[in-house]
Amino acid sequence: MASVSETQAANTPNPARWLVVVVPYLWLLLFFAAPFLIIFKISLSDTAIAMPPYTPVFPGFGAIRDYISELDFENYLFLTEDPLYIKAYLSSLRIAVISTFLLLLIGYPMALAMARAPSSLRPTLVMLVILPFWTSFLIRVYAWIGILKPDGLLTLLLQTTGLLEPNEQIQIFRTDIAVFIGIVYSYLPFMVLPLYSALEKMDNTLLEAASDLGCPPWKAFWKITFPLSLPGVIAGSMICFIPITGEFVIPDLLGGADTLMIGKTLWTEFFGNRDWPLASAVAVVLLIMLVVPIAIFQNQQKKVV
Amino acid sequence: MKSSRFDATVLTLCFAFLYIPIIILIVYSFNASKLVTVWGGFSLQWYRTMWSNEGLMDAAWVTARVGVLSATLGTALGTLAALSLVRFQKFPGRMLFSGMIYAPLVMPEVITGLSMLLLFVALNIDRGFWTVIIAHTTFTMCYVAIVVQSRLMTFDRSLEEAALDLGCPPVKTFFKITLPLILPAVIAGWMLAFTLSLDDLVIASFNTGPGATTLPIKIYSQVRLGVTPEINAICTILIGFVTIGVIATSIGTKRAELNRIRDEHVALRGTT
Repeated sequence: MASVSETQAANTPNPARWLVVVVPYLWLLLFFAAPFLIIFKISLSDTAIAMPPYTPVFPGFGAIRDYISELDFENYLFLTEDPLYIKAYLSSLRIAVISTFLLLLIGYPMALAMARAPSSLRPTLVMLVILPFWTSFLIRVYAWIGILKPDGLLTLLLQTTGLLEPNEQIQIFRTDIAVFIGIVYSYLPFMVLPLYSALEKMDNTLLEAASDLGCPPWKAFWKITFPLSLPGVIAGSMICFIPITGEFVIPDLLGGADTLMIGKTLWTEFFGNRDWPLASAVAVVLLIMLVVPIAIFQNQQKKVV
Repeated sequence: MKSSRFDATVLTLCFAFLYIPIIILIVYSFNASKLVTVWGGFSLQWYRTMWSNEGLMDAAWVTARVGVLSATLGTALGTLAALSLVRFQKFPGRMLFSGMIYAPLVMPEVITGLSMLLLFVALNIDRGFWTVIIAHTTFTMCYVAIVVQSRLMTFDRSLEEAALDLGCPPVKTFFKITLPLILPAVIAGWMLAFTLSLDDLVIASFNTGPGATTLPIKIYSQVRLGVTPEINAICTILIGFVTIGVIATSIGTKRAELNRIRDEHVALRGTT
């Protein structure tokens, strides 16, 4: 019945109705999609000492031919020539893969425990997971600096418990370990929530049937619970993996000089070296790297809807 | 019940991991000593220095205005986007549209920030207060769209249809029937948009200009120089602010839900 009235409504010639679609559509086209075309164009232009520091993208009509001949893949070639960039891309991927795995390792038992908790407790537990997510990202990363730095609280704790000599200090701050801690801490809610919503929907009678038929709990977990929660695993992994690959704040504040991540490289090219075309090329390559994960994520979202 | 004890342990450890750093940060904002590891007694002096730090207060004021304006714009656009996704099953470019709603949720901020900045430069728009608002509106509207969309999916359309059948014009029906029913989701979306705007460092850094330094940009530049109790103080205030907002919204939504259920019961009793 609803679908009939819906198609009837859609067939009624009422152009004003389409404003509902047109307004947000145009906004996103202008401010989200168009910038990607511009970033691609600028990645092909040359650096110029001016404001903005690159040669113009929209020249007069007479200059179009010159303009096109000036566009080239110079910046992309530069990215392949300097091993720093390739290393930064690979290191970002490595950090993103390892952290996503760590997040699954911690997030899965947590989501499972939440889904198995008494139903009266569950809304409170979900609230407790969401609350840190509402708290500033920057503040949460900042909180770890005070804990991890050599004269910080972790050293103090280990010294007072006798695990560390009074003159020793723990050297985690400004290393990759600190980056992993920061990432896992910041992204845990993003991993737990999709896992929880997949696990919560699970039909418990399946597990009861398995145990009635003599299936041990761990086997029932791998044969029933885990496969059924796979959509949540994929959604959670993608929601974490994609932004982690381009993460800037965490490697910048917690990582060391040798922590290479492409988000940090892009930031330095843009704000430090003021090389906008090169920063754009870095961004375009990163985007191409992430096309497949983003496509998986979008597919997953559509299935949920 | 072995597994329930295991579950309780897991939950305790994970919530401790999530909350201890924030609690430490809050506690040390009341520390009289300037050193992080030395507890010098309870003091409010960092709140006083924070209050008299003009740069920090200016940034807070800019952030509040950016947050309110971009959250409001983002909520309006996001609600329209959610309506388009749920109510318009077919229109040209629907795939692209839903793609543009989901992509900003995962897109690395450095890419979004840089590409938007290049658009403003190409259009010859000076960077500043309004460019930050446009940038924030663009990514927060997608979060609002997701939140409102999930409410619209479980929405009973019979009331709306009744109003339309009785000759109520569509716009009036939206404001009289649809909006009040989805209001809790719209408010939650606004809250989310506001906190996301309050929180954003990367996109604001790319798109800001002179005179539009937001609080995260200010905090970031000070954090790079080291941990100071003054930053702890401002962070504590932000945390308190957001926590109260989130809890108030959730209580408000719960109350609205209860009222709705009670009204339905009353209505049912009236008809029988």
